[in-house]
Amino acid sequence: MNALLVVEDVHKRYGKEEVLKGVSFQLEKGETKVIIGPSGTGKSTLLRCINRLTEPDRGRVWLDGVEVTSPKTNINSIRAQIGFVFQDFNLFTHLTALENVRLGPMRVLGMKKTDATELAREELARVGLADKANAYPAELSGGQQQRVSIARALAMNPKLILFDEPTSALDPELIGEVLEVMIQLAKEGMTMVVVTHEMGFARSVADEIIFMEKGVIVEQGPPAQLFSSPKHPRTAEFLRKITELYGGEG
Amino acid sequence: MEFFRQLWEVGTYLPMLLRASTVNLELLGALLVIGFLMGTLVALLQVYGGRLLGTVAYVYEWVFRSVPALVLLFLFYFGPSEFGWYISPFLAASLALGLRSSAYQSQIFRGAIQAIPTGQMLAARALGMSRVRAILHVILPQAFRLAIPGWSNEFSSVVKDTTLAYVVSLNEIMRYAKIIMDRRYELAMASFIMVALVFLFFTYSGNWLLGQMERRFRIPGLQMPGASSTVL
Repeated sequence: MNALLVVEDVHKRYGKEEVLKGVSFQLEKGETKVIIGPSGTGKSTLLRCINRLTEPDRGRVWLDGVEVTSPKTNINSIRAQIGFVFQDFNLFTHLTALENVRLGPMRVLGMKKTDATELAREELARVGLADKANAYPAELSGGQQQRVSIARALAMNPKLILFDEPTSALDPELIGEVLEVMIQLAKEGMTMVVVTHEMGFARSVADEIIFMEKGVIVEQGPPAQLFSSPKHPRTAEFLRKITELYGGEG
Repeated sequence: MEFFRQLWEVGTYLPMLLRASTVNLELLGALLVIGFLMGTLVALLQVYGGRLLGTVAYVYEWVFRSVPALVLLFLFYFGPSEFGWYISPFLAASLALGLRSSAYQSQIFRGAIQAIPTGQMLAARALGMSRVRAILHVILPQAFRLAIPGWSNEFSSVVKDTTLAYVVSLNEIMRYAKIIMDRRYELAMASFIMVALVFLFFTYSGNWLLGQMERRFRIPGLQMPGASSTVL
């Protein structure tokens, strides 16, 4: 299997509602895929099924040839290789920005404190927050918090980063600084799956767009094709609505 | 005036009472350590222990919160001798009051743990931490900070509980006050006032220390939901 990430026929049901009805896609190393679609169509659930923060009911996931969904797999070592960026940041409240970033390298990768500290400083500098190392999350703006959380993911040197609506909880004027960091990462060749409503970002950064609705992938393709000539009427309908809502380039 | 003369006379017993009060402090230390460790364990089991261990933890908490402190003291002191084991008054009192306090402390810690947003655990697990590591490095450091105000309350309560240990003949301050009363009944009032003063001092200094601790460990943005950091 060549692809870095393979998602095969993933199903998830909450009570009566089937949130994911068999989703499959693949991701090559260095590729950025953007998942778009209406709220409540299972995009976030799909991301969480990839590192099993949510346990899928059926289907399989492979990371770099290792089956994530196999009960024999040590899920903690898999998660250490997959960065996850949450919509509401989830920075550790009791730790400074620097301590947030070095906690994983120290406590999961077993790195020495001095090395982890140095690494954390580098990652904070990478997201433009070198001067905020000693600030607590509550002392940072939403955009800064999200950048720290990206640095926290980067410090683990992940094979892949999953972004779950990383700008949806931000005030509009703070969205740009987070998107800039993500665009930079994509340019540097980071492998990413991004769930977002930022169509401008999707258009300029994605190698491929996946349009999901009601628990299935309706259509996928390169942004130029999907945005200009969507094959499926539901895709066209969604794009028309989101353009009305967020404006042309988002 | 007679009363003040009695107070003066009890004053001559004061060194003895103060020495005895160090036993109260030792007992307080022992029961707080037992209560803290067991209280943390019980709280963790109640939140993360699953059905079986969680139920055991709830039964434990229910028992130690329901049985009167005096009854617990007698049970722990006289119980072991039923099986031919000797238990010192100090150990019996430490266990009885310590386990009792652990039941109350578990309530404080459980509330604090449950007040932590689920995203904290989620983020820790997403980094690849095991549940135990996440609890150790993310949940407990936050929960203990949130628990300080409630814990201060429990502290004030158990400081005073140490005087109950006179019933298992521990040589603490209350036992000496009672000895004074038994010998000189007219000094009863004055000697108990002495005891009261000692505990006013203990509670005051303990709460001062805890207040310092709360300030020392305060972190911006980390507080119980609904708590306001500004004084109205």
